Amino acid sequence: MTLGLSHIELEDGQPTRLAFGEALADAGVNEAIVVLDGDVHNSTYTGLFKERYPERFFNVGIAESNLVGIAAGLAASGKVPVVSSFSIFLLANAFDQIRMSIAFPNQNVKLVGTHAGISIGEDGPSQMGIEDVALACALPGFTVIVPADGASTRAATAAMLEREGPTFLRCGRPAVPVIYEDVTDFHVGKANQLREGSDITIIANGVMVAMALDAAAALASEGVEARVLDMHTVKPIDTEAIERAANETGGIVVAEEHIAYGGLGATVALAAAERAPTRMAFVDIGDTYATSGKPQELLRQYGLTPEAIADQARHVLKA
Amino acid sequence: MLEPRTEPRAQLEATARRIRRDIVTSTTRAGSGHPSTSLSMVEILTVLYFGGVLRYDPSEPHHPERDRFILSKGHGAPGLYAVLAEAGYFPTEDLSTLRQLGSALEGHPNMCRLPGVEASTGSLGQGLSMGIGHALAARLDGHSYRVYVMVGDGESEQGQVWEALMYAGNRGLGNLTLILDRNGYQQTAAVAEVQPLDPLQDKIEAFGWSARTIDGHSLDEVEAAFSWAQSVQEAPQAIIANTVKGKGVSLLEATPGKWHGKPIPPDEVEKALEEIGA
Ligand SMILES: Cc1ncc(C[n+]2csc(CCOP(=O)(O)OP(=O)(O)O)c2C)c(N)n1
Ligand SMILES: [Mg+2]
Repeated sequence: MTLGLSHIELEDGQPTRLAFGEALADAGVNEAIVVLDGDVHNSTYTGLFKERYPERFFNVGIAESNLVGIAAGLAASGKVPVVSSFSIFLLANAFDQIRMSIAFPNQNVKLVGTHAGISIGEDGPSQMGIEDVALACALPGFTVIVPADGASTRAATAAMLEREGPTFLRCGRPAVPVIYEDVTDFHVGKANQLREGSDITIIANGVMVAMALDAAAALASEGVEARVLDMHTVKPIDTEAIERAANETGGIVVAEEHIAYGGLGATVALAAAERAPTRMAFVDIGDTYATSGKPQELLRQYGLTPEAIADQARHVLKA
Repeated sequence: MLEPRTEPRAQLEATARRIRRDIVTSTTRAGSGHPSTSLSMVEILTVLYFGGVLRYDPSEPHHPERDRFILSKGHGAPGLYAVLAEAGYFPTEDLSTLRQLGSALEGHPNMCRLPGVEASTGSLGQGLSMGIGHALAARLDGHSYRVYVMVGDGESEQGQVWEALMYAGNRGLGNLTLILDRNGYQQTAAVAEVQPLDPLQDKIEAFGWSARTIDGHSLDEVEAAFSWAQSVQEAPQAIIANTVKGKGVSLLEATPGKWHGKPIPPDEVEKALEEIGA
């Protein structure tokens, strides 16, 4: 079976990192916003902000711990710092600084990690953020957002900047399919239902949302109606949507571009287990580092495909 | 006993040209990667692997007495791979699989997959600490091997590099040599714009190291620097190598700030190879 190949080709829309960079530059009219970079602003697109507001842009160099600490100080003095780097360098290299300088004292710092997931492609495993959501979710008080496409990334960026509190926004490298023509309805902590269905629910975020829609279309051709939720906010998770999915449909499949531990799957499972235990299955990278290759080859190699989501849905329904 | 491979000068020069060629062709073929990062370290790696310095045996990549080379600036992988192929760790043809699915020649070095790679790197700042670990193990085990670590100048902005410098200096790790590839540029700007490093040699010496600054493209100076390093017993040694990012390819040399992480366009390769002379 071949499903919506265009979605795996990852081509028709904008990279979420670019949508973030554009939205950030637009938000720069707010003079409280300062942007910090770890020598990658041509990759994260915070360079767009730098062009417009060079005086509020700081390239701290290749020094993520220092980067994060400086942001915390700026926040404590009333600024709204946006720190951006490759997702895993930011979260993993500076984890204790994020913990002690931002999370614990509840500072209003926005961390934006780009190049998340294996879909960065050829640069390979050292550059892939596949544990980043788990790390961010492990920080008490953090809001964690994983948008699916350009429009929702713009909305997420604006929402993140409007709200108080430490936030992690996860963006990817490649162009991704368009899910939303225009997002007027983006609320942090509230899932977007993209497709109605009562047989099963597919919960996804990031690049997996497009694949969830493809999987749902394939299932529909077999007479299975799948509800699809874009669970862009991993924390705080939309427990009500999960409870409804568990009660109103025959089970839940969760799909994410992340290891099996500590991310969307684990968070949804926790909520479901507490509120309305149901049959569940998970599509993720499992417990492994990936390798180099083309983005779409890697997604296939590591089982992140519409086919895998549809298979898991059938499996849940059979069980 | 492990012996270093010692090529006569004319042969070394030819080897360096082949390595440059392989860096250019493998990255252009892959369509991504860091040729300019790799080209700045060619003379240093050529002397290290083929000019009588590093003791190694490709048929026994885990030989306990082997000297270690750690590429801390892991994005220079195409340069390391070209050298390892030349050294005989794997066939040169494999270079054409760079960054492809299934190839052990990943975008950044992976020690679990490719023989000759001593450390998995790609997150900048970590190689010197791992080098210290190897150097301490040599002391514990009574081995005479030496450890060489290559760090980028932008990479040296990482705090961990200075934690490692302080520790190695204080421990007097004479079996550890740092090579700092001072090509003047990092990803988004000149290093001098982001974090001026000077007085770099003074700083490193203040941390208890013996240090020298050389022209990293002069085979004479590189050879002399490695013999000097081997002669220093009581302190770790730093070779600060002034280099040119993209050395050997005029297109890259002209605007090094614009070429970080970019392969040479296919229609420029022929000219680049002509300039390299290989
Ligand atoms: C911890 C970390 N932060 C950021 C990066 C992204 N990055 C890759 S190469 C590079 C610039 C490195 O500059 P330098 O050390 O001078 O190496 P050169 O390419 O000039 O040899 C950056 C910022 C990274 N690989 N690791
Ligand atoms: Mg450099």
